[in-house]
Amino acid sequence: MANMELTGAEIVVSCLRDEGVKHVFGYPGGAVLNIYDEIYKQEDFHHVLVRHEQAAVHAADAYSRSTGKVGVAIVTSGPGATNAVTGIATAYMDSIPLVVLSGQVPTAAIGMDAFQEVDMVGITRPCVKHNFLVKDVKDLAITIKKAFYIAATGRPGPVVVDIPKDITQHKCDYEYPQHVSMRSYNPTSKGHSGQIRKAVQMLLEAKRPMIYTGGGVVLGNAAAQVTELTRLLGYPVTNTLMGLGGYPSPDPLFLGMPGMHGTYEANMAMQHCDVLLAVGARFDDRVIGSPKHFAKESHRIIHIDVDPSSISKRVKVDVPIVGDVAQVLDEMIKLLKAEPAQQPDASEIKAWWTQIELWRAQDCLKFDRTAPVIKPQFVIEKLYEVTGGDAFITSDVGQHQMWAAQYYKFAKPRRWINSGGLGTMGFGLPAAMGVQFAHPEAMVACVTGEGSIQMNIQELSTCTQEKLPLKIILLNNGYLGMVRQWQEFFYEERYAESYMGSLPDFVKLAEAYGHVGMTIEKPEDVEQALRDAFGKHRDRLVFLNFLTDPRENVYPMIPAGKGLSEMILV
Amino acid sequence: MRHIISLLMENEAGALSRVAGLFSARGYNIESLTVAPTEDATLSRMTIVTRGSDDVIEQITKQLNKLIDIVKVQDLTDGSHIERELMLVKVRAAGEQREEMKRMADIFRGHILDVTDKSYTIELTGPGAKLDAFLEALEPSAILETVRTGASGIGRGDRIMKI
Repeated sequence: MANMELTGAEIVVSCLRDEGVKHVFGYPGGAVLNIYDEIYKQEDFHHVLVRHEQAAVHAADAYSRSTGKVGVAIVTSGPGATNAVTGIATAYMDSIPLVVLSGQVPTAAIGMDAFQEVDMVGITRPCVKHNFLVKDVKDLAITIKKAFYIAATGRPGPVVVDIPKDITQHKCDYEYPQHVSMRSYNPTSKGHSGQIRKAVQMLLEAKRPMIYTGGGVVLGNAAAQVTELTRLLGYPVTNTLMGLGGYPSPDPLFLGMPGMHGTYEANMAMQHCDVLLAVGARFDDRVIGSPKHFAKESHRIIHIDVDPSSISKRVKVDVPIVGDVAQVLDEMIKLLKAEPAQQPDASEIKAWWTQIELWRAQDCLKFDRTAPVIKPQFVIEKLYEVTGGDAFITSDVGQHQMWAAQYYKFAKPRRWINSGGLGTMGFGLPAAMGVQFAHPEAMVACVTGEGSIQMNIQELSTCTQEKLPLKIILLNNGYLGMVRQWQEFFYEERYAESYMGSLPDFVKLAEAYGHVGMTIEKPEDVEQALRDAFGKHRDRLVFLNFLTDPRENVYPMIPAGKGLSEMILV
Repeated sequence: MRHIISLLMENEAGALSRVAGLFSARGYNIESLTVAPTEDATLSRMTIVTRGSDDVIEQITKQLNKLIDIVKVQDLTDGSHIERELMLVKVRAAGEQREEMKRMADIFRGHILDVTDKSYTIELTGPGAKLDAFLEALEPSAILETVRTGASGIGRGDRIMKI
């Protein structure tokens, strides 16, 4: 019996099973009751009940970021669907492959302003790679297959499948399609070999080369290729906020992160190089500042990206290469190994490195190590030490995010999980949950602030239910720190609404949810607290409330709209 | 610069709003937009007239290509092409104006589709500039109502857009 007649709800669950899904994050409700009834009856995947739909999507998103698999979330219609939108937009901005199944009111009720009806396809259109409304149960399986295919291929992204309730009751034959081909969607994977040859030639001719890689290297599983190419050439390399771990940070060829809070040496090298190799990066405003300043320099740019629309969007490039970054880099490496006809000009490259070392000697990430208060940078350094640099670190958005990115030296891809594009506060805790499900044995820490953590703090309850041993590293400075920093620098210290007059007792709060809570007030207690969290409390969720210096700022800083060489240094 | 872009897209619900949404979300101009099914019932063809610098037009075509429902994108302005637009104009045509209006319609090769004792409804086809010229040739107070389809375009000669 090849085909069986199944209900739509059974088809949804069967598709997820046949797609090999092991974890689904979601929240039930009226429109998805039939689907949940089938989830109840199956054992192929684990459904994680979150406390808010936004968290379901963030968890599925981070599950994907840490594994490369497509993340899956299920939400009900109306408010369930709208609550998911921030999560979907977060994934969209960072090109994360997700399939979000949303319930919809029955087909006959669509457009009638029915209870818990929203136009989910309309609401999410600008923040999804694609979306579908299923109008016939016969289309359900192929639509879910297409959703997984579209989400994961080309430049990845979230796909929403909106399923009216009556469709989950209707029956039809089920067979999960093995393949799907779409005439309107054929992402390019192989780069143009003539362009690749040209790029290699340009790299070999460079006197002041720079390699700049972004999230595309992580998403495209090209970290090994970036590392090999960089070492083959001996050129300096930088990874963007989304690309951290694309090249091992502790290595001397690595100049740190570029951008608004990037290192002095990375930004100066980006600005003053003569040949820039950009790989899976998009010349984002937080990375290059104003394109006007960036274009003033006479560098030649090679840009490899799977998405043609990312190329020459903000900055004109000289050698565009559209293709899968790993495949393109493989070809470049092959050419570099096969054609020793020309070697980089050793004396020019040496002079360039001498210049870079002078920039590096600025020691732009130095901070006061003698202060009687806890410096947030110090906490991250200790976190790195205690975890041996081997933890998965999720973060929220703000100063703590930048400190985590600057001071935790990521050596592997998919270890640094943050909302880079949308900058979504509240991302960190649910993201850590998603990561822990994907890597049950791994150390997972959420670096957060007291503003961000309160945006999804209800997920402490999910962690209790699922016994997730996350470590929450709260850098508590009492302020919305990044807002406060901008107000200090650009608004003459008028701290409008950046101070939260009252905060909960985080230790009691953690305990109320059944977790371990600690408050750490002195620098000398930081390391022991972390050792306890990852040692004797390894199996528990530990909420570490570090009271940190409220006046600390993130340095270096490039004010918005300025050029890369206009850094404010500490 | 003015560009006329042709699209073939899946004849799916919502495809039009994906295109319209893209233009508004990214701040691109739409001067006119026309869409209708083709001889292949699964495909619709859209013609968009837009304006922008070369960089903007490049982004527009790339972003359109990225939409999953879009099968093919062609910037007709890149080569030799024909474009036509249809206009219906209701004009005042009473007394001695009647003969004058009839003559104007003839000069512009328009057809009078509907007649009352005070008005004509004229059909006019041509490039947008010809329709503009017709309206400019009329006394403004004589124009009672106009409706235009926006431009449709097709490549000249062997230039064919098909899948």
